[in-house]
Amino acid sequence: MKMRRYAVLLGLILVVGVVLSACGSGSSSGQGGSGDSFKTAMVTDTGGIDDKSFNQSAWEGLTKFGEDNDLKEKEGYDYLQSNSASDYAGNLNRLVQSNTDLIFGVGFKLAEDIGKVADQNKETHFAIIDSVVEKDNVASIVFEEQQGSFLAGVAAATKSDSGKIGFVGGEESELIKKFEAGYVAGAKSVNKDIEVDVQYAGSFGAPDKGKLIASNMYNSGVDVIYHSAGGTGNGVFAQAKDLKNNNPEGNYWVIGVDRDQYDEGQIGDNNVTLTSMLKAVDVAVARVAQDSKDGEFPGGEIVSFGLKDDGIGIAETNTEAYTDDIKSAVDEWKQKIIDGDVTAPGTADELKAYVDSL
Amino acid sequence: MLDILYSIIPQMLFFAAPLIFTALGGVYSERSGVINIGLEGLMVIGAFSSVTFNLLYADVLGDATPWYSLLVAIIAGMLFSLIHAVATITFRADQTVTGVAINMLALGFGVFMIKQIFGKGQTDFISQPIYSTDVPFLVDIPVIGKMFFNNMYITSYIAIVLSFVAWYVLYKTPFGLRIRAVGEHPMAADTNGIKVYTTRYIGVIISGALAGLGGAVFAMTISLNFSVSTIAGQGFMAIAAVIFGKWNPLGAMGAALFFGFAQSLSVVGSSIPLLENVPQVYLLIAPYVLTILALAGFIGRSVAPKASGVPYVKGSR
Repeated sequence: MKMRRYAVLLGLILVVGVVLSACGSGSSSGQGGSGDSFKTAMVTDTGGIDDKSFNQSAWEGLTKFGEDNDLKEKEGYDYLQSNSASDYAGNLNRLVQSNTDLIFGVGFKLAEDIGKVADQNKETHFAIIDSVVEKDNVASIVFEEQQGSFLAGVAAATKSDSGKIGFVGGEESELIKKFEAGYVAGAKSVNKDIEVDVQYAGSFGAPDKGKLIASNMYNSGVDVIYHSAGGTGNGVFAQAKDLKNNNPEGNYWVIGVDRDQYDEGQIGDNNVTLTSMLKAVDVAVARVAQDSKDGEFPGGEIVSFGLKDDGIGIAETNTEAYTDDIKSAVDEWKQKIIDGDVTAPGTADELKAYVDSL
Repeated sequence: MLDILYSIIPQMLFFAAPLIFTALGGVYSERSGVINIGLEGLMVIGAFSSVTFNLLYADVLGDATPWYSLLVAIIAGMLFSLIHAVATITFRADQTVTGVAINMLALGFGVFMIKQIFGKGQTDFISQPIYSTDVPFLVDIPVIGKMFFNNMYITSYIAIVLSFVAWYVLYKTPFGLRIRAVGEHPMAADTNGIKVYTTRYIGVIISGALAGLGGAVFAMTISLNFSVSTIAGQGFMAIAAVIFGKWNPLGAMGAALFFGFAQSLSVVGSSIPLLENVPQVYLLIAPYVLTILALAGFIGRSVAPKASGVPYVKGSR
């Protein structure tokens, strides 16, 4: 009896859903770009807007854009949370149907769904962060992570006493290779003979593996580790802090990624975070939203953010460890990259060519 | 060669400690006749409760905070495992399904509570984790000292000692005999006056306590925070260790240590002369390949307690 009642309820919900979505797509035809009131929104990946990382940063950018333009939250700018990968397409479609002019997909995981939905709704503008989708109504926002990683490498090589530094990657992919190549190139630029130990954990969510790798690296004399491994990086911090606790004078440094990870490195009065490679998703989101509102939506283009437009940066929070000579070395190379005298390599081949040219 | 052992053994021990605790819990639950797929969820609860407690009370309790956090996790694990116990023993629900439900419920509950308490999707790093230490005096013993007593987590020692205690209790005490009897032949046990339901409840609650402890040790020593991905698969590795170890506490400990060894080897491998030229991907899959090989061939048949997974109905035959 109870089962049947649920079945009826489920049926009703399905019917209502079909009817509503039919209405939605009917009224959305002919909408997009040129509405009198601009509306933008983003779809998160599974992290949510308080993940202390990507989604949060994107939402901050969107909020800033909204405030700059006197838009109201929910009406002018909004977000939809994805709880699993299967939510992406549904969320994108919901935003299309509510006449959103510009829809951001946060993270490369949404690339495929953005491509599909963009094909079906050619009037709506989309933007994908950290990936490239080649469609006329999609702007692809990418970052020059190799530039920031280059500077991280410069900082690491300047800091290192042992002449050995490390890199811990999450999953081996083109994106993370950019970090690795830039980092190695930066370090070799300062000290041609420096040894860089590169290890991949094979996962972005395995702190235990990160801790193992870090433990092994510090054991073998590495004194600075740059991680580009998300949650796996927590294990790197854990190991560095544990060693620092046993030996406060020892050199156990971590370089954070994506945002300032100063807080993660705090242990008593010491801090193991040397610096962090900053990826200003908020800057990128706010700018693309603004361009789009002003009628200059970069559809079909790859919009790249680097050191030049503050899309990439390096943190200077740990003033005790991040000494003046590191700062001046980093600033010097930063200027060279901005001026175009040096191009930070982003692939293994480019890295090889770069190191050979030193 | 010695250098390699110096780095592999401490790593193996800290990696294995959470798995040992959880696997011991799994042994007690399954020995009493209740399959506990929910170990993963119980670890999540342990990690969540210990991290939350640690963050909220670090100011008051100071250096003692991590130990209280472990205690809190044990209690939280026990309470949470009661859900499994009530559902499977009293209401005779399917044990596997309930276990899966526990896993989902625990993760959802943990993340939801973090949002309620801290207003964000993951916690900050705890300020009072468990640190590794050198064991005084013993560390000075040549070779062995550096291998087993240098930069070690005390939790690793507790895990190993507890394995022996668990083995002793299970095989050498009347209480252990009861647990095993209830798991092998509950009706025979019942006719001999053993309270089957009570004994199974105790088995499941012990598993909750130990899995909660395992999750907390993971959080206090390795991840230092709690998020949706803090416990990702360790509970299932612990279940594998239970089977690998033939439902014997010492076997489970050995299996967990073996997992730790394999994981550590995959990382250290790149600096061992012999393995230097092996592509990294092979080293990364090595732990899993070794595990499958070990399960398939080397340990012989691994037989579960006879009544494991079967709800006991008084008076039925």
